[in-house]
Amino acid sequence: MDKLRVKIDGRTILAAPGKTILEVAEENGIHIPTLCHLDGLRDVGACRLCIVDLYGQLVTSCTTKVADGMEIGTQTETVRAYRRTILELLFAEGNHVCSFCVSNGGCELQDLACELGMHSVRVPYTYRRERVDATHPRFLIDRDRCVLCGRCVRVCQEVEGAHTWGFAERGATVRVITDLAVPWGTAESCTSCGKCVEVCPTGAIARKGASNAEMRKHPDLVAELTERRARG
Amino acid sequence: MQREIHIEPVTRIEGHGKISVFLDEKGDVRDAQFHVTELRGFEKFCEGRTLWEMPGLTARICGICPVSHILASAKACDAILAVRIPRTAELLRRLMNLGQFVQSHALSFFYLSAPDFLLGWDADPATRNVVGLVAANPELARKGIRLRAFGQEVIDRLGGKRIHPAWAVPGGVHQPLSAENRAWIVSHLPEAKATILETLALYKKAFASAELRNLLGAFDSMYLGLVTPDGLWEHYTGVLRLVDMKGKAIVPALDPSQYATIIKEASEPWTYLKFPHYEPMGYPEGMYRVGPLGRVNVCDRFGTPMADRELEEFRAGEKKRSGRVFDYHYARLLEMLGAIEQMEVVLADASILSPHVRAEAGINELEGVGVHEAPRGTLIHHYHVDKNGVIEKANFIVSTGHNNLAMNRAVREIAKTYIKKGKVTEGILNRIEGGIRAYDPCLSCSVHAVGHMPLRLDIVEADGRRTTLCQE
Repeated sequence: MDKLRVKIDGRTILAAPGKTILEVAEENGIHIPTLCHLDGLRDVGACRLCIVDLYGQLVTSCTTKVADGMEIGTQTETVRAYRRTILELLFAEGNHVCSFCVSNGGCELQDLACELGMHSVRVPYTYRRERVDATHPRFLIDRDRCVLCGRCVRVCQEVEGAHTWGFAERGATVRVITDLAVPWGTAESCTSCGKCVEVCPTGAIARKGASNAEMRKHPDLVAELTERRARG
Repeated sequence: MQREIHIEPVTRIEGHGKISVFLDEKGDVRDAQFHVTELRGFEKFCEGRTLWEMPGLTARICGICPVSHILASAKACDAILAVRIPRTAELLRRLMNLGQFVQSHALSFFYLSAPDFLLGWDADPATRNVVGLVAANPELARKGIRLRAFGQEVIDRLGGKRIHPAWAVPGGVHQPLSAENRAWIVSHLPEAKATILETLALYKKAFASAELRNLLGAFDSMYLGLVTPDGLWEHYTGVLRLVDMKGKAIVPALDPSQYATIIKEASEPWTYLKFPHYEPMGYPEGMYRVGPLGRVNVCDRFGTPMADRELEEFRAGEKKRSGRVFDYHYARLLEMLGAIEQMEVVLADASILSPHVRAEAGINELEGVGVHEAPRGTLIHHYHVDKNGVIEKANFIVSTGHNNLAMNRAVREIAKTYIKKGKVTEGILNRIEGGIRAYDPCLSCSVHAVGHMPLRLDIVEADGRRTTLCQE
């Protein structure tokens, strides 16, 4: 198969056709920040944090395939400014108070804030207040900490096959739900496998009984599972 | 002409407060009030959070005594899980609380109050602080700073950080003590003890006379605190005991979870800090005091040899329990000594390094009360949860609140003693503040208030004219 020639941050790289910009960058040791992307799950480009600069167009690197002659900037001033604003909007939309969060010190959103140098939030907070759903015997969801990455929805559908998690409503009021928006503890389709807990990048979906900073998740589990399944 | 004097902000205390002194036509003191001027509202925003978050969440009430809130919260959560935590977990929680006593008392004594009585109540305010203390008595200041650092280090070695260690969890503690950390604490106990003994000797010599010990006034009140079932000094478990000035038990041994049967909270429009009082006597007659002097007055003895000898000396020749405000500092030194001795006992326990430090359980009760002794006094956390462990209601009665009536009384007594014919000097204002400082109030805890708390003194005259003297 003919290789494509692309340029990432000024470096010429030969890439296999059909790969995404993110895949090619990662294969070549070029880091692009991500949030909704997770190896082993279908990419949806929901969070927009992996945007790259095609010098005339900003695209999500997790869903855009490389093309011959493509010039890509992963750290241009423009993408860095946009990524930071996107991150600030995520923080402003929820109630992300790290100090007493179960995922403090093990949170992908927190890591991104450090990586992207987010020292303050320049947009007004929404001060959303949703009731914690702790009806499940083993797990709970605090939707105020949800960034709507959809990892829980995808892992439940694509790997577990239970289809318990889904999205409800549109725009600013969109939220993840279990079954037909019933309390999680009464969602009959849930197998209590816990994959949604492991893939949730923040403290939104957590193990019940975990105290502050005690949640350490294992999102790589999904890639391992899918690889093992592919091997039969 | 009547006047009002306002001290705002009160300095060298934790939080924001103000003192108002009301003068009559002759310029003598008619009344005085201690106001806490900020509101934080933790009780409200804990609602809807989960039980397992509560120790870490309520720790954020305070940067000085987060350990106190973590422990009271964890105890309330234990009650909701309906578990008896592993013995080692209890020993470790005790150890952290003792570390907290040392660091908090050392802070109050050396940093906040010693500048007054070692440099002089009328010393220049610009140097009447810990920096001035370092310049005047570098050796003592260094020892005091090292003592506080030791207490902080104990907390760090157990919980992983000095401030807000979210280490006590419902059912026990997050991680056990390592042999290395035990060895470190044990090796530093002798220096801490020597510093306390030296300071105690110095203090007793400097304040031997009744006149000096009465400097911040004396009055009768009841005292409340935890004691062991045998009546010994206690800071973590035990029973609540309320005594009168003779040391006679009015409430001999109350199960702490039943605190609401004797304590009620009143409120006043001029302060955010509520007024807990002994309900059978009503408000404000049911005034009692907590904290170092409270615990020292409530217990029969410490139960450790050196602290017991010192307690005996403290009580020698007294016909009744001490009512002197200034004796809070004395009691603080006694308690630090007792705390070091108790740390020695805890660290020598054969099971202290056990890895079994946490009991797991679900929601087995819908209500839980956690009571223990914070350095400033009895701390109460009371939670109601739904069947899934989500907080429906939280009530905190914080040490500083218990002392609210007494602090108001102290301010009134001191103001009446020193302000005559309307004459007010900076040194007098400092003595009034000293009456508050003796209680080592933590106002950010008590009302869940924000920020630092300097003090302001307002003088309001009969015709409404107001003069403000700020100490910042």
